[in-house]
Amino acid sequence: MELTALTIHEMRKHLAAGDVSAAELTDAFLRRIHELDGRINAFIRITENQAREAAERADRRLREGKAAPLTGIPLALKDIFVTEGIETTCASNILKGFVPPYDGTAVARLREQDAVFLGKLNMDEFAMGSSNENSAFGPVKNPWDPNRVAGGSSGGSAAAVAAHMAAGTLGTDTGGSIRQPASHCGVVGLKPTYGRVSRYGVIAYASSLDQVGPLARDVEDCALLLQAIAGFDARDATSVDLPVADYPATLKNGVKSLRIGRPKEYFITGLDADVAAAINAALEVYAGLGAEIVDISLPHTDYAVACYYLIATAEASSNLARFEGVRFGQRVDRGDGLLEMYRNTRAQGFGAEVKRRIMLGTFALSSGYYDAYYLKAQKVRTLIREDFTAAFGQVDVILTPVAPTPAFSLGEKIDNPLQMYLSDIFTIPVNLAGTCALSLPCGFSAGGLPIGMQLIGKPFAEETILRTAYAFEAATATAERPPLPSAEPAVP
Amino acid sequence: MKSRYEAVIGLEVHAQMTTATKIFCGCSTAFGAPPNSHTCPVCLGLPGALPVLNRKVVEFAIRAGLASRCTIAPRSVFARKNYFYPDLPKGYQISQYELPICIGGHLEIETKEGARKTIGITRIHMEEDAGKLIHPGEGSGYSHVDLNRAGIPLLEIVSEPDMRSADEAVAYLRKLHQTVVYLGICDGNLEEGSFRCDANVSVRLQGAARFGTRAELKNINSFRFVKQAIEYEIERQIDLVECGGTVVQETRLFDSVSGVTRSMRSKEEAHDYRYFPDPDLVPVIVSAEWIDEVRTALPELPEAKIDRFTTALNLSRQDAELLAADRALADYFEACVAVHNNPKGCANWVMGEVLRGLNESGLSVAACPLTPENLGGMVARIDDGTISGKIAKTVFQEMWDSGKSADRIIEEKGLRQVTDSGAIEGIVDEIIAANAEQAAQYRAGKEKVFGFFVGQVMKASKGKANPQAVNDILRHKLAQG
Repeated sequence: MELTALTIHEMRKHLAAGDVSAAELTDAFLRRIHELDGRINAFIRITENQAREAAERADRRLREGKAAPLTGIPLALKDIFVTEGIETTCASNILKGFVPPYDGTAVARLREQDAVFLGKLNMDEFAMGSSNENSAFGPVKNPWDPNRVAGGSSGGSAAAVAAHMAAGTLGTDTGGSIRQPASHCGVVGLKPTYGRVSRYGVIAYASSLDQVGPLARDVEDCALLLQAIAGFDARDATSVDLPVADYPATLKNGVKSLRIGRPKEYFITGLDADVAAAINAALEVYAGLGAEIVDISLPHTDYAVACYYLIATAEASSNLARFEGVRFGQRVDRGDGLLEMYRNTRAQGFGAEVKRRIMLGTFALSSGYYDAYYLKAQKVRTLIREDFTAAFGQVDVILTPVAPTPAFSLGEKIDNPLQMYLSDIFTIPVNLAGTCALSLPCGFSAGGLPIGMQLIGKPFAEETILRTAYAFEAATATAERPPLPSAEPAVP
Repeated sequence: MKSRYEAVIGLEVHAQMTTATKIFCGCSTAFGAPPNSHTCPVCLGLPGALPVLNRKVVEFAIRAGLASRCTIAPRSVFARKNYFYPDLPKGYQISQYELPICIGGHLEIETKEGARKTIGITRIHMEEDAGKLIHPGEGSGYSHVDLNRAGIPLLEIVSEPDMRSADEAVAYLRKLHQTVVYLGICDGNLEEGSFRCDANVSVRLQGAARFGTRAELKNINSFRFVKQAIEYEIERQIDLVECGGTVVQETRLFDSVSGVTRSMRSKEEAHDYRYFPDPDLVPVIVSAEWIDEVRTALPELPEAKIDRFTTALNLSRQDAELLAADRALADYFEACVAVHNNPKGCANWVMGEVLRGLNESGLSVAACPLTPENLGGMVARIDDGTISGKIAKTVFQEMWDSGKSADRIIEEKGLRQVTDSGAIEGIVDEIIAANAEQAAQYRAGKEKVFGFFVGQVMKASKGKANPQAVNDILRHKLAQG
């Protein structure tokens, strides 16, 4: 039995039966990480000792018959989650050496179940990026083709799952940061509704858009992970106190007479032909399963990217003000006064893209420009949200591509920020609307790269998109694994 | 020449709220703890931490708004005020900007001339305090940051520019101070910085329609300094204009040692705070029911107290105002009246001996060694004739020093007044007999001698004879002779 190839739900059966221990699973994953991650660069930090200790606790708990759904499951966390006693950097030089004194809520909920954390995952610095090339720890390589990007910002989270270096991972999604890398790496990634999962302990990029979500090998694993982290948290004023459905239990409810919307604004020129073909084929599959396909319109889609880059950067410019070297992380102090300490710390600590977004956001909030930029963007955001509200009057789920193209080459867009920003054109509107969506593998390009489809649900209807995805997964066989072990070492 | 000008003054007050915990986390607000001991990831501004609003803070803000006749906004919004400073852990202060919780109220003050004047309140909003920097000294090359204060809830109360003199500004500030202390939402301690004031001051020619350019005065931490700083600033601005200069918009720091204000930063150097709604917090929704609830629970405010003291308790307006000026003193007085229902008698002792005793010992009402119950008990013994007013002074001092009740002291020291007319008659007879000459003078019409006899009788009784009985018996006996 190849332990790292198992899904979480398969591991649970083996752990319950006692024919596999958490320690054995953890060992297998740690071995695989050591073998492969030199080529993928998904991990920033491997927490081997803590993982083995956690596995021991999990095995004890399993023996005592007190196992929770994720007890003993080897997971990994995007380095945006603060972890008590474990260095957390957000892939930034400015936070190197920062060891948080506390766990965030999502992490704490997994820890309570005695899930095993293998390490902290690579990402775009402060979650700003669509290719995972903006990392102080170097880019993440796509396990399907190490010359290509893994996507971003949760590139490490997607690549680790795709390369079987973790059974499941947590990422965050501000404009597509879970879904886009999930699509590029051929795994399932879910961005829950804003307020569904607590943001407490997640280093903020854009507070009104950030949301925590799982990445996993299949839909059922995704449902299991979401179940563990979803729900109201008194420590996050924006978390919502609504009942959480039993996601794994409702997966098999099917899609018969489900109305699936096909928004015309998402099938544009510039959409890769392979992607378009895969999405249309997926629609066919659903029609075959008894769903009704409805043509709909989301008329303000065109404005989403511009709107996003005003709101997200405005919030980021303020959220990142606390990184100034006074209390934690890197300080660059040459003894020439407070202002110079601030300047030097931030000049050296932040990467180029982070600086670009801080400047953009600072400008958008400046006196005299606020109305024209930030306030106008908020109005556009309302229109985009209303687009979805209207569409969900007609349909239950909206199906779109996740990204206009499969994974692009490393370096291809890094010098063209605008083009890079456009790779999130289909995912950003969902964050602006605050609703939920997932990315599900639905085929391959001619070049053998995975393609993902996006299923967008009504606010707090995670259950619906999960069962919709499950029906597709059950009806098709797209769950191939990357040709990693035989791949040549990536060119650095 | 200077009377051609009038000053225009508005005040911005920051009042620290006396909630048990901070505005966005569960840390204690207690003053004087070791540096950085009252902190957590939230008030330290650690990455990933999020603010959650303390409901008590909103209730306190509603109290302040109701007491100052403001409209309470059904929906108000927290905003971030962005600037860098080491005492501000997040790089922004969570405050309220476009949509504060209270708008458009007023307070009434009495001017020096005795007239009543209404001072408008533009707005009241909630915000978090910053930490404190401790500078070890010039040239040390470093400073300490204490974040115990970071996140303590503040009310910022902004007045309209309705004041025209430093005296009016002080009267308004005292009124506001009295109000927040009465409401139990601020301890009003100016030295510890729990009640802080900035003043916006400008001057213009009398009758001019437009305001002059204003200067904002900071660092004025006593009522006396407020008067001093504003008076200095008015004079400075008038002198400047008179000499052909112009006032520039700037922030000026008051130096209490030299009594002058000095430029801190000009308008050009002013921050662009880039306010925007804080996405970590949801709008504050205040229902009409909640407002009613707070209104019902509102403590009686000075005006209402003065009215009640004058009407229900029959005190003079002057006495009522003196007692109601300080909530603790008014409560003390009322506790006294609760024991013995003689408001005027109790008031006289509270305003006289109690205040004198507190002043001499430098104590607050709360720390008064004499309980209002004991004081009420003593006034009761005066009124029922057990002791005279004169003996009462002895009893009062003894109560103050020992904490014993009046009855116990009267008993232990044998201070009970002699009301037995037989005993007094005996003394009177002896005194008249011993002073036949004066008795004759009295009978000859020299009324003044009567006082001499009273004194002699009281002396002979060691002050314990009932003065009224002494009077009556003396008059009777002298007339008989």
